[in-house]
Amino acid sequence: MTDKRIRVLVAKPGLDGHDRGAKVVARALRDAGMEVIYTGLRQTPEMIAEAALQEDVDVVGLSILSGAHMALTPRVLELLKSNGQTDVKVFIGGIIPDEDLSRLKEMGVTGVYGPGASTEDIVRDIRKAMAG
Amino acid sequence: MISTQAILNSDRLALARLLTRVENDSPEGRTALIELFPHTGRAHLIGVTGAPGTGKSSLVNQLALHFRKTEDKRVAIVAVDPSSPFTGGAVLGDRVRMRDLSGDPGVFIRSMASRGSLGGLAQATANIVQVFDAAGFDIIIVETVGAGQSEVDIARLAHTTLVVEAPGLGDDIQAIKAGILEIADILVVNKADRPGVENTEKALKSMLELAHPTARVFKHHGTYMNVSMPEPSADARLWIPPIQRTVATEGRGIPELAQAIARHVEHLRSSGDWTLRERTRLEVEMEALIRDTLMTRFREDIPPQRYEEVLEKVVQRNISPWEAVRRLLNGRLE
Repeated sequence: MTDKRIRVLVAKPGLDGHDRGAKVVARALRDAGMEVIYTGLRQTPEMIAEAALQEDVDVVGLSILSGAHMALTPRVLELLKSNGQTDVKVFIGGIIPDEDLSRLKEMGVTGVYGPGASTEDIVRDIRKAMAG
Repeated sequence: MISTQAILNSDRLALARLLTRVENDSPEGRTALIELFPHTGRAHLIGVTGAPGTGKSSLVNQLALHFRKTEDKRVAIVAVDPSSPFTGGAVLGDRVRMRDLSGDPGVFIRSMASRGSLGGLAQATANIVQVFDAAGFDIIIVETVGAGQSEVDIARLAHTTLVVEAPGLGDDIQAIKAGILEIADILVVNKADRPGVENTEKALKSMLELAHPTARVFKHHGTYMNVSMPEPSADARLWIPPIQRTVATEGRGIPELAQAIARHVEHLRSSGDWTLRERTRLEVEMEALIRDTLMTRFREDIPPQRYEEVLEKVVQRNISPWEAVRRLLNGRLE
């Protein structure tokens, strides 16, 4: 009787207005059978954490192309944690320089995807993170 | 295990997690529903339906803002969007229009995928509403999928149903079709700053006049004869749906819409319709549960291969579905 579906919040924190990538990912996750809550542009970390809480998501996907990922990501992680959502996996997509990758992973980010990443990889990695 | 007390204390994390359990129809969710039920029955349930693109989400956003600012009521929003019939996945985008509400602890928005259910609501929507009700939200707004003409489930669930229209979405024949307009307690013409708003309003008005008795004037032997409506006191139960113009993106017409909603609540209370609607809703819920439970029990009792055998006979057109049912129910067709 139970029908458990992976719920994913796709959000764009910060001020850049390029949401094509976020929409492509949202659609790919939908086609993979996930329920995607899409919140739109220019979200503050507080808005993202609040939506993640109310929607009780399993995964938060952040799309950041503004270069502000090292400021925005820790704030989102911190808020998720203080809300008690310690089990939520965070994925990032956007323009992320290689030298930031290890620091983001140390903060607790599960996956990072740059330009050219395939949506199949994202789907596979989310499923893997949910299973493990 | 989520404690019932945490929900009654409006612990937001506990609430969010319980909503998931209830949506997934898990055993834990069912237990919680049983425990929470005595605490339900206080909230005012408002349904918002209408075709896609009429501005339902923006309207819900503005209404919730209004209830927060002027009436200091706690507002829960359940926004239902369609699931893909092929993959079961969904993109739930109603929150995009509701960003004004973020940061307010008196508001809780939950998106739901329809998960294959028709009729504009998901299977679990009524249960989700019960959880919000028990958690002490004064107003619960349910926004339907918005597929269009047959979303009448919402009228069974809500105390007050708003049907949202917008100019330019169809001619007056749409207005006289049965179904969605008949369920309206309040008709909203959103995007009222657009051309064609008078025509939309006129079409709705004429539809309402056909459906509801109003004062009429006949010409009889050259003199006008008034055939008046029954006295309000004689038939206090009559509610004629008002038509409210709004421009949701700018908040125009929202206070007037909220007043119309308040008048409807007053009407429901004074006419006894509130109790009647509650009764109908709970009856429908109970019947659905009985149906599901009996079906589950039946499938548990019958060996799967026996079921398959009979189904195969129907597929081969050896026996009719009626005959199949007779055989499966051991001859008890009646």
